[in-house]
Parts: sequence; structure tokens; C-alpha cells
Amino acid sequence: MTAEAPRGADAPPELIQLLTPEGERVEHPDYDIDLTAEEVRSLYRDLVLVRRVDLEAVALQRQGELGLWASLLGQEAAQVGSGRALTDADMAFPTYREHGVAWCRDVDPVKLLGMFRGVNHGGWDPYEHNFHLYTIVIGSQTLHAVGYAMGIQRDGAEAAAIVYFGDGATSQGDVNESFIWASVFNAPVVFFCQNNQWAISEPLEKQTRIPLYKRASGFGFPGIRVDGNDVFACLAVTRKALADARSGQGPTLIEAFTYRMGAHTTSDDPTRYRVAGELEAWKLKDPIERVKAYLFKNQLADQEFFDKVDAEADALGKDVRRRCLELPDPGPEALFDHVYGAPHALVDEEREQYLAYLAGFETGAER
Amino acid sequence: MTTLTLGKAINEGLRRAMEADAKVIVMGEDVGKLGGVFRVTDGLQKDFGEDRVIDTPLAESGIIGTAIGLALRGYRPVCEIQFDGFVFPAADQIITQLAKMPLRSLGAIKLPVVVRIPCGGGIGAVEHHSESPEAYFTHTAGLRVMACSNPADAYTMIQDAVRCDDPIIFFEPKRRYWDKAEVDLAAPGLPLDKARTVRQGADVTLLAYGPMVKTCLAAATAAEEDGRNAEVIDLRSLNPLDMGVITESVRRTGRCVVVHEAPVFSGFGAELAARVSEHCFYNLEAPVLRVGGFSTPYPPSRLEEHYLPDLDRVLDAIDRVFAY
Repeated sequence: MTAEAPRGADAPPELIQLLTPEGERVEHPDYDIDLTAEEVRSLYRDLVLVRRVDLEAVALQRQGELGLWASLLGQEAAQVGSGRALTDADMAFPTYREHGVAWCRDVDPVKLLGMFRGVNHGGWDPYEHNFHLYTIVIGSQTLHAVGYAMGIQRDGAEAAAIVYFGDGATSQGDVNESFIWASVFNAPVVFFCQNNQWAISEPLEKQTRIPLYKRASGFGFPGIRVDGNDVFACLAVTRKALADARSGQGPTLIEAFTYRMGAHTTSDDPTRYRVAGELEAWKLKDPIERVKAYLFKNQLADQEFFDKVDAEADALGKDVRRRCLELPDPGPEALFDHVYGAPHALVDEEREQYLAYLAGFETGAER
Repeated sequence: MTTLTLGKAINEGLRRAMEADAKVIVMGEDVGKLGGVFRVTDGLQKDFGEDRVIDTPLAESGIIGTAIGLALRGYRPVCEIQFDGFVFPAADQIITQLAKMPLRSLGAIKLPVVVRIPCGGGIGAVEHHSESPEAYFTHTAGLRVMACSNPADAYTMIQDAVRCDDPIIFFEPKRRYWDKAEVDLAAPGLPLDKARTVRQGADVTLLAYGPMVKTCLAAATAAEEDGRNAEVIDLRSLNPLDMGVITESVRRTGRCVVVHEAPVFSGFGAELAARVSEHCFYNLEAPVLRVGGFSTPYPPSRLEEHYLPDLDRVLDAIDRVFAY
């Protein structure tokens, strides 16, 4: 059964855009942004480097060096734009695809790869970067972000939390509960939804009858849709939402309208559920090409700059690959580490027994 | 010494914990003005304010999920789940996040979250208000699981639980909330992961926790008339388990009966029976027997006396371990 289009769905919602796919700068009355040439070049560099790390990770998975990888291809602007809007004091709560935000928070990409290689389940210190661990269960982290934001409130701190999730996650109970909590407690949190149109194989219309950003109004806080492939707009809109949160004006839902240009993960085959033409159409809205066009047209960068960034990206790719392959496998004792903070008799006993069992093989002793 | 009900003892313990550490926060449904449906948090919001005693929206996953976030920010939340049967909407946050996040961070994150759950039956309640879900949580690595049985322990255990840096599921025997006992408010309790021998005996060891400790003590007194001297151990901590106290006792008595309200099949008693059999095999005169709920959902209250282990069913099991 196909439901008829709900009332209001035919009117295209407003999309905040400051840079067109052709690289033309657009003014916006509420969300304008002043960026120096250096800042634009820096954003371009971020976008290129993040994409390069992602491509390298996909290759490493194909070569059997990673168990899995969730590619961010196509979502670089949403992640770099929002990531660069954060201050050091803000705390980010990612899904498992926020490699671009991780980059903005100075998390070593090899740490991300380590998780997908299977050397640990995370492994970076969230407090060192104010970048929480990747959360795999869909939507769980939205509640963590709101709780953290409630802590910020109680501390009287000048900070906000931002939480990332996808279009599929908006169907989760936890995400809806987090909207309620954030609203009722007026928590300093920004909900950053990357609507990449697909939840593995399920298109957006399996999750919602209304544009996602409109969900916010039912919960009592503002929702806004931004061109997720426009790094300027993502930066401007997130900056404003974070400033609102820090100044006690409560949560905002940002829907970054973008597209997952790759598969859901390396285990997925999108040709089974979406047509090639869709990808071709979105390629014309590529988040990196439009910044390059803008830099070129306005003579803010020359070929030498682009070559330099490409060379830096290649070097980064090589470096990430080398260090990924050098990651040591954890020893068997790591099984038992950090399960509990305080000593735990059962885990301690099992560690001792299992290591003794293994030692029996090494010494060839009779068991 | 002060005479306190078990519920009031937890209340006093929470009060001490909140006085000792400004990061301690109490949160849950109706915990503020009402003081919780069992009044365990009575008066705390009045004295510590709405920022520290938080009446939350009515959503259990939200309670645990936001408590995790508060803990990440350095707070020590004590969450109340109103009834045992309502914990399941929060099961995902407890099992996939609360229990595993410290490991995920390789120890960088500590989650000192206490999840208080009134548990067990015997109060004539409607469905979902009388369950014993402990085995779901003892099976989850990363959680500590505690069960208090009496006012004095409840008072110290809740404070120790709040001080512990690991997440803790803290079961409170709801039908014993009104039981009174003398509590020394200045005395330290046993360490959190230690079992307590609450009655010495030489012939059979009864292992129990939470509401069944009292039942076992009554059964032990009754068994004395049959000339059987039962030792009763209150486990207090279900994960980790204080095997030292258990094995020392069973090796001495040679017989063991495990008692809990939860269904016997795949219940926590299965773990106890297996461990006792393994550790005390050569001392056992009889197999370890279990007394507990049936393999049925918790019944309507007019049937609960048939479902819940009582003095007679414990005595029957004692008879059976002596029949071998």
C-alpha cells in the first residue's frame, strides 16, 4: 500500500544555502558568514583530506585490513562545516560515520581505523578531544548528549553539546526521547541530523512523512534545514545554533540535507536498491567541487595551492595506511582490561586462569 | 542506633551520599515532590533542589541515557526505575551503553551510575510490578549487581554504590521497604562485593539475596525444630559473587539450597548451583537444589502466594537435600 503524499509535503522546504553547487556565493539574511580567503582555503583542505582518509580506509577494507568501514563520501561538508563551528569547550557525540568531525577535533584517523580493524572498540580519550566515542547502536548517543548538556547547565559552563545522527535514527525512540528531554530541560544541545537520504536500503520516506527538520516544532524548539553539501552554510547554521545553546536559548535541530554517495558500509551493495541516476545527480552537488570552483573564480587560490593540498592528501593517505598496518594486535590479557574500573573478582580470576592456560602451551607443560 | 525502615535507610544513605559529594544527582519519575512512589527519595528535592533531584519525563531509556551523559560530564547519577517491570525500555541503554562504554574507551571513561530498582513480589500488585529481573543484568559484563535485604545493609550499600566508579544495578526488595531494624548510622558496612553470613549453621547452607533472605531466616528457625541447623548467606553482591564465603560454608555443611523469587530456569540460582557443584563437589552430600518462581510469567496477585517461595517451600527443599 502506498500512502498518499501527506498535506504540505509538496511545498519544497526552505534550504539554507550560501554556496551553490556551481560555486556562486549566495547571501542569506539570517545566516550570513564572513570568511577570509585563508579560512576558505582551510575548509577546502579539510574537505579534501577527510575524503582522502575515507578513500584510503575503503581501500584498506577491500584489501582485508579493516573488518568494515562506514564511508562518509558525500557528507564531508556537513561534517567539516559543523565540526569547524565547535569551540574547544563544546562536546561532540558522533555516530560511526563522523570521520570528518573527528578530523576537526584532532582525533588521529588511525584511531578510527583501529576500531574498524578490530584492535579495540574505540580507543581514543573522549575528554582529550571533546569528541565522544563512536556509537554504533542507532540514536543512543542523542540521550548521552542531552545528559551531558544538562551537566553543562549545572556547571554554569560556556559550552554546548552537539550530537550527530542520521535520517534513519529519527525513527528511534531514544532520539525522540532526547528531543523531549532537551526541550523540557532547555538543554544546550544541537541535534545535527545528516539526512543522507538512505538508512542502509531504506529511503527517507520509510522514516517520515514530513521533512525531518519540521519534527522539531512538535517538540517545541527550532528546526532548520541546511544544504548539507555546502560547507559555508553548515558552518554558519551550526555556529548560530551552538551560540543559541550556549546562551541559554535551548536546543536546535539542524537537518543537513545531503547524500550518502557510497554504500552504507563496505558490507553493503547499493545497486540492489537505488538507481545510478540518483548518484549522478548528486555528484553535480559535490561538496568539494563547489568550494574549489569558488576559490578559483574569486582567485582566492591558484593551481599551486590545489596541487599542494592534493600532495598533502596523498601523503596523509600513505601515512594513515602505513600506521594502520603497523597497529599491533592486542594481547590476550587485553580481553579483561577495563571491563570494570575497580577490581572485580570474577574477571580477575578468569584473566589469571586464561593466561595460565595459554602459558601452558608456551612452556609445553602438562595441563 | 536509630530504628529505620529499609526504605528510610536508603533515603538516609542517599542523603549522606548527596551531602558528601555535590556531584551526586538523584533522577527518575516522581522522585522529587512526591518522593518516589515508595517515598525512598522523600524530602531530598526539598533539601537539595531541583537541579540535584530531577523529576524526569516518563521514559526509562531517557533516564538512563541522560544519566550516562551526566556521568560523562562528571556527575554521579542515582536513577530510580519505578518498578522492576519498567526497566526494559531502558535495557538497551543499560546493556549496550552503560555496561560497555568504559571498556570502549579503554578506561578513559568512568560511569558511576547507580540504577535503583524496587524488585520482587508479595505486595498484591498488578502485572509488571512484582518481577525479579536480576539475571538479565548479572549476565551483562560491565555491570555490578547488588541486592540489599535489610535496613542496615541498605544504608551502607547505597552509599558504597554511589561511591563506586562502576555502573551498578541496585535491587531493593520492595515488600521489605517497611521492615524496621536498628541502624548504626556511623558504622561502616561490609565492602560492597562481600557476602554476609546472617545465620550460622552446620547442616545446610541457604543462599539468598534481597527479599528471600528474610524468608530463609524464618525457614532456618523452623528447621531447627526438625533438628536441622541451617546456615543462611545473604549474597548482597550478585556480580561479582563472593565465592569465598559460599564455598567455605558449603564445604562445611555439605548441602546447599538456593532461593530466589525469579524463575528457577536460567535464573541466577543456576549460576550458584553450577559454581557450588564445581567448587564443592567432593564435599556435597546432595545436589544443589533451587527454590524459586515457576517457568511462568509472574501471576496475578491472587495467585502470587503459590508462585513465591515461602517458608514451607524452603523447608521442603531442605527435606529433599537431606533425603539423599
